[in-house]
Amino acid sequence: MTDLRRATRVAYRDRIAEVLARDPRTVCVDTDTGLFQGVDFGAAAHRYVNVGIAEHNAMGLAAGLAAGGFTPFVHTFATFAAMRAAEAVKIDIAYNALPVRIAATHSGLSAGHFGPTHHALEDLAVMRCLPNMTVVVPADAAGTEALLEQTLGLPGPLYLRLGRKPTPPLPAGAAPPRLGFAQVLRTGPDVLLVACGPHPVHAALGAAELLAADGIRAGVLNMHTVKPLDVPALLAHSAGRALVVTVEEHWRAGGLGGAVAEALAESGPVRVLRLGVDDTFASVVGDHDALARHYGIDPASVAGRIRSALSVGPPVIEEELHHGHRLSRM
Amino acid sequence: MSVPLTELSAGAAFAGHAARIREHIVAMCSGPEGGHLGGSMSLVEILTALYFGVLRVDPAAPADPDRDVFLLSKGHGAIALYATLAERGFLDPAELAGFGTWGSRLMAHPVRAVPGVELPTGSLGHGLALGAGFALAARLDGRPGRAYVVMGDGELQEGSVWESAMGAAAQRLDNLVAVVDRNGLQISGRTEDVCALEPLAQRWRTFGWSVREAPGHDLDALVGALGSTPWEPGRPSLLLADTTKGAGLPFVAGAVHSHFATLSVRQLARARAALAAGTGGGGRD
Repeated sequence: MTDLRRATRVAYRDRIAEVLARDPRTVCVDTDTGLFQGVDFGAAAHRYVNVGIAEHNAMGLAAGLAAGGFTPFVHTFATFAAMRAAEAVKIDIAYNALPVRIAATHSGLSAGHFGPTHHALEDLAVMRCLPNMTVVVPADAAGTEALLEQTLGLPGPLYLRLGRKPTPPLPAGAAPPRLGFAQVLRTGPDVLLVACGPHPVHAALGAAELLAADGIRAGVLNMHTVKPLDVPALLAHSAGRALVVTVEEHWRAGGLGGAVAEALAESGPVRVLRLGVDDTFASVVGDHDALARHYGIDPASVAGRIRSALSVGPPVIEEELHHGHRLSRM
Repeated sequence: MSVPLTELSAGAAFAGHAARIREHIVAMCSGPEGGHLGGSMSLVEILTALYFGVLRVDPAAPADPDRDVFLLSKGHGAIALYATLAERGFLDPAELAGFGTWGSRLMAHPVRAVPGVELPTGSLGHGLALGAGFALAARLDGRPGRAYVVMGDGELQEGSVWESAMGAAAQRLDNLVAVVDRNGLQISGRTEDVCALEPLAQRWRTFGWSVREAPGHDLDALVGALGSTPWEPGRPSLLLADTTKGAGLPFVAGAVHSHFATLSVRQLARARAALAAGTGGGGRD
């Protein structure tokens, strides 16, 4: 059987050489990521610039390039983009609304056993709070290609959140993702699941399937564009539901769950359950799949949390005790 | 790239501009919010030399793709930049009176709303990377434009400066010129006491830059040193300008407390008298 799994960062990489060849105003700024080893940029080779392990300089240089008329694509790991180089992203790129594309690999827990120094569980919170920034999280390789293409003409900056190792494609049949619009993967009148990224979207789809066996009919939105958030779709698909559940590979604070909760808090009374990594550093050792499972980003865990939330009330305390990292209520 | 020729020496030709820039600076520091006095006064001849003797910029065509780009990486010297832009024709000098007040576009760190300001600065250690980006863009396009970045000496304690210093040398950006306003002081004391920078010229040389040094209040020396690029093919250029914080005002020149000031009416009168008498150093050449 053919392995259809493909890494979003590889899908991105395979497409970006073509983008550079097609558009002479584009520049590839690399920070010694190794992502482009073996890539032949051909006649565009002079527009591939490896600045070395220097993320602040990469962001500032990209801002200068953009102010000088180019569209730079900057490449680094998600946590280095969002934390180490955050001030350059904020001041030099976002403040000036410059068309810099930040392609951030190794996002979420995808760095696996590299550990918390390399995990990025804060990047969506950082990036989505910056004015002018568009934040996109593809859920599979095909979605990466489609969304990359749609972001090429954006006048302002883009944060594109990518993974590391191969992940499975979304089930066939869904319409291709459209930038700025939630991708409806499943409809259901009881519960709404909102997810972004490969593991969370698959966990949401799997959970919806498990819940169906219990007679709980759940819809699933792939919220690949975290900013600007598709609030109309969120409102339409959450109306009348007993519960809205967000699933993401991010700390539970500030990411997709935060964005969804903020939007729904302003518009109507619906409970929101935010699933993701608890308020802890992911210090256990394991590969991406094992870490995602450990933190409850898998179909069985998500379904279990939803069943629990629907039957026993507010889940927050139980959830925080779950991993033994909280001994008392805040 | 040649410097505009004048019949006079730079010092003689531009001294009047420098004097008026100083007058504007002290006036802005007498507003209700005060201003970064010391580090603005130390910049005056550097900015005068750049805007009148070096930079290929035109207030009538601020977006000319072939222009030189200037970035004040030590963004807290904004009032010196605003005064220079006014003197150079980018701004109506009358606008300076509104500095820091409601409705003005002149804040204490430069923003792009101000004609002649390319990118905002203020958080230290950003300008060199931005300048490198502009320089690289010009090179990719085959444009003649150069990027000039002025940094404070205290600013060099930011690690990002050295990231960009290495990066610009590695990219062989010989259309990038940096100037360090080496006034020797930062908020809490002498740079050499707080976090020593010396041997500064040697440090930049070992980072791959072409380095020159000049007395930072001598317009002839500054224009001469900055004059044309590249200084050395394949290397970015760095000028260490030996300056005095608060230059021009005898009661603050060389003093740590000159960093930020809100001048009273009496102090403003005293400052103007000192500038008129030329007793405070700065612009002396």
